[in-house]
Amino acid sequence: MSLALEGIDVVIDGRPILDDVSLEVGTGERLALLGPSGSGKSTALRVTAGLQRPTAGRVVLDGADVTAIPPHRRGIGLVFQDAALFPHRDVAGNVGFGPRVAHLPHAQRDARVTQALELVGLAGMERRDVTTLSGGEAQRVALARALVLEPGVLLLDEPLGALDGPLRQRLQDDLRELFERLSLTVVHVTHDVGEAFALGDRVAVLRAGRVAQVATPEELWARPVDDWVARFLGMRNVVPDGDRANVIRPEAVRIVPGAGAVVVAADRDGPVVRLRVRRDDGRELEAVLVGGAVPRVGDRTAVEVDPAGLVEVEVWRGGAQEASDATSH
Amino acid sequence: MDRHRRALSAAGRAAAVVLPVAFLAVFFAWPLGAILERSLLVDGRLDVPFDVLTDPTTRDVVWFTLWQATVSTTLTLAAGLPLAWALSRFRFPGRSVVEALVLVPFVLPTVVVATAFAALLPDGVERSVWAILLAHVFFNVAVVVRVVGAFWAGLDQRLWEAAATLGASPGDRRLRLTVPLLAPALASAASIVFLFCFTSFGVILILGGPRYATLETEIYNEAARLFDLRTAAALGLLQLAAVAAAVLVAGRLERRLGGARRRGDAARRPVGGERVAVGVVVLGSLALLALPPVALVLRSLQVGTGYGVDHFTSLVQETPALLVAPWHAVLNSLLFSAAATAIALAVGIPAAVAVASGRRGLDVALMLPLGASAALLGFGFLLAFDDPPLDLRSSPAIVPLAQALVALPFVVRSLVPALRAVDARLREAAAVLGATPAQVRREIELPLLARPLAVAAGLAFAVSLGEFGATVFVVRADWPTVPVAIFRFLGRPGEDNVGTAMALCVVLMALVAAVALASERALVRGRPR
Repeated sequence: MSLALEGIDVVIDGRPILDDVSLEVGTGERLALLGPSGSGKSTALRVTAGLQRPTAGRVVLDGADVTAIPPHRRGIGLVFQDAALFPHRDVAGNVGFGPRVAHLPHAQRDARVTQALELVGLAGMERRDVTTLSGGEAQRVALARALVLEPGVLLLDEPLGALDGPLRQRLQDDLRELFERLSLTVVHVTHDVGEAFALGDRVAVLRAGRVAQVATPEELWARPVDDWVARFLGMRNVVPDGDRANVIRPEAVRIVPGAGAVVVAADRDGPVVRLRVRRDDGRELEAVLVGGAVPRVGDRTAVEVDPAGLVEVEVWRGGAQEASDATSH
Repeated sequence: MDRHRRALSAAGRAAAVVLPVAFLAVFFAWPLGAILERSLLVDGRLDVPFDVLTDPTTRDVVWFTLWQATVSTTLTLAAGLPLAWALSRFRFPGRSVVEALVLVPFVLPTVVVATAFAALLPDGVERSVWAILLAHVFFNVAVVVRVVGAFWAGLDQRLWEAAATLGASPGDRRLRLTVPLLAPALASAASIVFLFCFTSFGVILILGGPRYATLETEIYNEAARLFDLRTAAALGLLQLAAVAAAVLVAGRLERRLGGARRRGDAARRPVGGERVAVGVVVLGSLALLALPPVALVLRSLQVGTGYGVDHFTSLVQETPALLVAPWHAVLNSLLFSAAATAIALAVGIPAAVAVASGRRGLDVALMLPLGASAALLGFGFLLAFDDPPLDLRSSPAIVPLAQALVALPFVVRSLVPALRAVDARLREAAAVLGATPAQVRREIELPLLARPLAVAAGLAFAVSLGEFGATVFVVRADWPTVPVAIFRFLGRPGEDNVGTAMALCVVLMALVAAVALASERALVRGRPR
């Protein structure tokens, strides 16, 4: 099923939350909606599900305008942030809720529940009390609950938000595998760049209620539309120059033996080391190295920049939302 | 809340507000208005009854009312704080049972408590100011434990840990953290207890004898015994003003508590000397709380110098003290309470829905009957419904109406938090899964509210069973309820009458305790919100 938001405005209590948002998601495509908190990404999801009525604009599913259709007749699956499981029903009661209110015959319901639980890796957990589930398990139950009726579109609101560490990584891998296997049309909201890049065929960057850029992860990394997006994606070599800004992607900065610069920081994140060097002219650059043997703080070194990694972008003048603030979430 | 409010249809919204407001207007505002009219207007002209208000007797009554309420409150805080400390800070086997047991005195009928203290205390003390104060403490310890305890348990334990790492000794921490942090809860509990003691009726009527009278009992004496409605109405005016002030203060203090957020259960197992302290406090409090009911049961079984069930068998015999056999009163009580519960739920459920969707004003209005004393309501009923358009004086229906009014705040109070606790996202999740609004109500809201509804019904039933202050004004002599029958028996001379009163008290106590424990069970078993 394909999905389109066309010129969506949402105004709540006189405050614009979404401003002329248009997005298209093709059948079987996965779109990540990436933005800092307060950028309106969850509202966009609620509009799609029918939980929030837009002030203007249309929601289109497979070519049909569904803007006026209430949520319970849209046939869209939604996974809430931290699950929102029904506390008075066990796992099977939660997953079987959709089939129940759709008045499916008993045998079919049970079969679907079993199937959905297998799909999310919770086979045999039917009778568990949902209040005893771990965060990861609860999120998987919520996923099964959303998938059980085979919705045409699956929406996920920060599905990994409540998890951390290896658990988060595993669920992320499982989600990607599941999306591919079921050829699901997915819209997935997150504030985490890595998560968006991992789970989205395309990524839509939302900023202050507007779409800043829509592109594949590769395009986005290669050509951020402006300095704000570059910073939000985690780039630090952003130098404003009048109404333009120069961005050097960190992997294009090469550290070679020689002189002309000094290492001022070296932060290891697994196999990757982010190096900050200060050139003798005072300019700082960030470089990314892989491996064990890397320069240490205080080492003198030379710096080369691969011209292919240099992008000239626009300067965003919106100002209301700082990219550096936003990434700290 | 916004979403919830929008989800209610316009018609349903109107009904949710109109029904409770109409009920309160007719059965609360009108009776109180009748007292005002009676006290201030003579032949349509304003005539303030200065003579009654400045009478030395009135002054004595007002003084005693204030004095006993202040002293009772102080004693109740002193008695309740150790128990609140033990129950909120520590985990031990049987804690939830203790919590439930501590609440039982609060729902026991005033008449039963008063009679129990009369049975417990030695001759000479049994009808004294000490009996009154002790009975008030017995009643209201539950308020302190509940209000202060819940607040205490919700305070973030890490504050004390932070203070300790900053060099504060245990004494420093108590003085600079515990006391100031608990102050709002202490003030709120004190104001509620003060209000209850200020408007105490059954306890003072029974234990105070002719010597001690409060505004509340004096209204009854003037209206029901001396038939001086003018004096009664003038005293009612005073009581109305005092109670309105107390309700305002209590409400304001309680709202200040709203900011305290619960951070899970910080209780831990006691260690070392704490174990002794917790044990002494818990067991000692339970023993003291058990004394009056035990004395009551023993006394009901006491026949002459031995023991027997004669007083219970006499419950089925006709007696000159009542127009009917005592067991009829039990039937009447069950019947009236069932009707009162039905009315309180019919009015209280829509009211709770309206309050939960954010109608503050209605919230305050619904709590007023709790503060406005039962005797004021009863007296107001007497004045307002004595003649057309609404002549209910000769109808037994007036009793459940009065009781429902007293039970209404309890219903609303127990339902509103439950309604608010139903997460808006659960409704949304259900809607996205294809549930129609009707299915959301049936599949999500109703199951989540089943327990709170049972609790509300149980509370309403228990409160109605024990209701005395309003009932005694309006009940017909041939339709007595159990509390009224007990009062009649106690007012007659003779060991047999006292024994029958004790037996009736035991029956009533058993009924109320059973209902209260059943609903508290449901509450305890309810899932964490």
